[in-house]
This record gives sequence, structure tokens and C-alpha cells, in this order.
Amino acid sequence: MSLSILRPGLLTTVQDLGRHGYQKYGVLTGGAMDTGAARAANLLVGNEEHEAVLELTLHGAELLAEKEMLLAICGADMSVTADGDSLPLWRPVLVRSGVVIKFGACLSGCRSYLAVAGGIDVPNVMGSRSTYLRGGIGGFEGRALKSGDVLNTKPAGLLSERMKSQLSGDRAESIAAPLWHASHFAIAASLADPIIRAMPGSHFGRFTEGSQQALFGQTYQIALQSDRMGYRLEGAQKLALTAPQELLSEAVANGTVQLPEGGNPIVLLADRQTTGGYPRIAQVASVDIPVFAQLKPGDRFRFEAITQQEAERLYLYSERDMRMLKAAISLKVNAAN
Amino acid sequence: MEKQKQAKAWSLELLPLGDAALLMRVGSAISIETRRRVQMLAAAVEAQPFTGYRECVPSFAAVAVHYDPLLVRRSRSGAELAHETVFETVSARMRAYLEQELPNEAAQSARTIEIPVCYGGEYGPDLAFVAKHNGITEQEVVAIHSDAAYLVYMLGFAPGFPYLGGMSERIAAPRRQTPRTSIPQGSVGIAGKQTGVYSVSTPGGWQLIGRTPLALFRPQEPIPSLLRPGDSVRFKPIASEEYMSYLEGER
Repeated sequence: MSLSILRPGLLTTVQDLGRHGYQKYGVLTGGAMDTGAARAANLLVGNEEHEAVLELTLHGAELLAEKEMLLAICGADMSVTADGDSLPLWRPVLVRSGVVIKFGACLSGCRSYLAVAGGIDVPNVMGSRSTYLRGGIGGFEGRALKSGDVLNTKPAGLLSERMKSQLSGDRAESIAAPLWHASHFAIAASLADPIIRAMPGSHFGRFTEGSQQALFGQTYQIALQSDRMGYRLEGAQKLALTAPQELLSEAVANGTVQLPEGGNPIVLLADRQTTGGYPRIAQVASVDIPVFAQLKPGDRFRFEAITQQEAERLYLYSERDMRMLKAAISLKVNAAN
Repeated sequence: MEKQKQAKAWSLELLPLGDAALLMRVGSAISIETRRRVQMLAAAVEAQPFTGYRECVPSFAAVAVHYDPLLVRRSRSGAELAHETVFETVSARMRAYLEQELPNEAAQSARTIEIPVCYGGEYGPDLAFVAKHNGITEQEVVAIHSDAAYLVYMLGFAPGFPYLGGMSERIAAPRRQTPRTSIPQGSVGIAGKQTGVYSVSTPGGWQLIGRTPLALFRPQEPIPSLLRPGDSVRFKPIASEEYMSYLEGER
């Protein structure tokens, strides 16, 4: 026993970095919507980036630490408290046994990630611990968490143990955290009306000139019917093809922007189907998918066109940042030892 | 040598699918030959994956290749070092597969999978509609549906869901005007000129003509799908008692 769910909130699931290698059998990738926050949360407790974490949506979750545990919360700012005291984000936090962690009002972003030292212990199904809701597999019993569920954690590694011992000096407070943090990674979650960078998709040229300009010119709003599968967008100008198209179903990817009938785009996200038959007007750059996944229904944003080369360059930079975070954490902890 | 020439004669289109995947199109319409090319290409990549390769997703006329841009970039060598994009490098690596002799799919024994179906009644509430729509009897719909051999073109839409080709137009029927909010797993349906089997419970608008007790999605098995592209499928009518005993056997 280690982490009890007192209240699950809107939607809380176990996620990792996704299930790869089975898309050819129609099995979707899934995994954390904001992989940047999930990876950072893991690194901050001394885990490998791909360990299973909790993904919490918008508000309302309450968890009980049934033993002393090292955790980190990254992503959306949901006014998290530990026994009533504010719990800082984007850093390792040692939580005493018996402390209640409460997720309150969502101040920024949409999804919060909670990593625990060692990682959440759920079975590895097809190479991943991610919850696949529609398939009813993976994660905790293949479903979203409910009140009364108890999650176990895997044994913590050496780095995590060092962090714990460095933080376990003062026993009086309900939590203990270092002064250092990784909140420069939080920029994604705090931007208002962000710009989402995207490349024209393979069917971009089949849309009218006005539609092509509108996609990259107008403000879009995230529609209410948006979830882990995809976000529906609402824009003043509807987009149209120059002529009706009969397309064969083909593979889609994370961030593919499809255009079904009606003229409003859908951006496909973690729980997307493996293939789709609608025209692909654009493709969100990988680096901006975590930013996009932190938008909630009602939020506004604009697309900005970038080239394939720019998207790749941004991807390589962001991976370098993640490697540097990992190195910096290990350096800090080992130097203090 | 014959095969090499064939491969080079393919119409080939390489398109980015974002910054971590590309699409390799080898045809523009559904055909047995295009499906064969798709399968040969996917098999070649899987047999000798390049550095940074993640997975491939074959469809009717294309193979998508998902890759790790960082690993591809780090593993560039020779002429690849001059490439301006990772996409260019992966494209070159994909073209190189066609220079080799592609694995001959015919060497693998083509599988025929028999899918038992209990037609009509509570399992196939739309059988009467399909019959009426085509001006034939329910028995004739069942006879036509279970007489044909169907080819699995691709899997997608849902885990283990097959896109099947080969249904007779004599039992074609439009989708329901109002989709059902939940269709039970194993339901066999018709939509337009297509037939398919719902591999998991999901909302959907297909006309349901029966149900199979066989599980198409098998998450506990190394290959989590009963069917694979290239399989031949036949539907075998069974009575509801048989359906129940199959179901017990599956458990």
C-alpha cells in the first residue's frame, strides 16, 4: 500500500510514454498527453522518464500517502495542498505518511502529472503501463481510478533514495522540498492564448486558398467535445476542400490535424485511432503537443506555420533540454551527498 | 532480379507525417497488388529496422513509419550527413529497402481464418433491414455473406478491427441514420459495400447482421489480433447454442 485514492477527480489515469509497436494491429499509442511534464516529474524523483505516473484532469482529486513518499507534480497548476499547506510543483517533495494531497482549482493548464519514486506499480501490458480506456487494458485494471483504489509503487532506485535521505531531516512539517526546481519547463502550462506551431499536412494543397490562410490566420477555440482522443476546434471561418475527395484510410500521428465534414478541424492526440480517412490539413510540431494538451475547452490559440526543418530542430533542442535536466538533477543530488 | 525491377517500377510517394513519422505510398487505389506491395515493404522494414525505427503501420496503399528523429540524426553516415532534414534521411533509408530483394509474401503460407457467426435474432437486429433493402430473404443474406472469402486489407479504427474486401454488392446496405451508442464486441456488420467485425464495444452506425463468439482483440497474446493483413476470412453460420458453447471455450 502506498497511495490511496480518496476522490478521483474528473479523470485520473495511470499513464507512461505510450504503447509502441502495436499500431499495426489497431492498438493505439496512448500515454501521457503532456509527455514533457510526465518526463520531468519522473526525473525529479530520480526515476527513468518512462515510469508510470498519474495523469489528473482539471480538478477534484484527493490522495492519501499511506507511507512516507517522494513525489513530484508537474504540468497544470491545480492549487495542490498537502494537509492544507501549499505543495510546490516542479520539484521533488518528500511527503510524510498520512498526509492528504488535494488538487483544487485549476489555475493554469488542464493536466497534472504526479510521479512517485520508483514509479507506479501496475502490470506491463504490451510494453506499457498506460491505461487504454477503450480497450479496457493497461494502467490500473484497464480503467480510470475510483475512490478506494490503492496504488502500489515499485522499489525506488539509488538516486531516489539519496533524494529522500537529503530531505528527511525535519520531521515536523508535512512535506519537505529542496529550493531548486525545474519550473522553467512549466512555461508550456502557463501561456495564455499560445501560438501552436504546425506544418502544412499532406492534403493542405487540396484546400481552398482562403481555407489555407484561415487555418494559420484565425483564432481557434477548443470545443467542449474534446478529450484524450482529440481536440475539436471552433473557428469563425469554416475550412473547405477545392473539390470533394475520396480518401483511403491511412495512418495518422500524434498532432495530426484532420478536417471532417463541417469545416472545423480536429487535432488528434494520445488516444487517437491508428488510422483515419479524413484529409490531413496540418500536423502540430512535436514540441508543441505538450503545450496544446494543456489547453482546456474554451481556451483560444492560433496556429503558426513552420517548416519540417524548423520542427525537427525544435524537437532536437527540446530533447537536449530534457537530457540536461536529467544530468543537472543527478549532479545536484550526488554533489550534496 | 524480376522482383527488383518490379519494386523500382512502383509509383512511390514519400510524405512527412509530422516530424517523427513519414508515409510511403505505393499505390492510389484499393487493389490486391497494392496490398501485396504494402505488405512486402512493411515486412522488409521490420526484418531489418534502421536505427531510430519505432514501428510501421500498413494501410490500404501506404506504409507509415514512425521514428525517433534524435536517433536517426545521430546515426547518419556517408551521404546522409548532407541531408537537411531527418525526413530526408528516413526517406533515403526507405528507398534503400526497395533496392534490396523484398521478402516474398507468397513464401508465407496464406492463412484462412474461419469466423463462426450467429446470424439474426438478438445478435443481428438489422438482418431484416439488409434483406428488405436488397429485396431478398434473410436466409439469402446469410448465404451470400457466408459464401464469400474476404481479404484482410488492413487493421485499424479499433484494436484488431479488420478492413475486409470482397463482400457481394447484393447485400450492401447504407449505415444507420442514427448510430448506436454502444455496439457489443463481436458484432458483425455491413456499411455500404463493406463488412466488418467490431473487435471491442464501441459506438457505431453499421447494420448489425450477427455476432461472433471469437475474440478479435487478444491483448494477452504476443500478436494481440486474431487477424493479420493478408489473411483470408470466411464466416460460418452457427446456431445460438453453438455460439454459447464457443463462448465458454474462449474463456
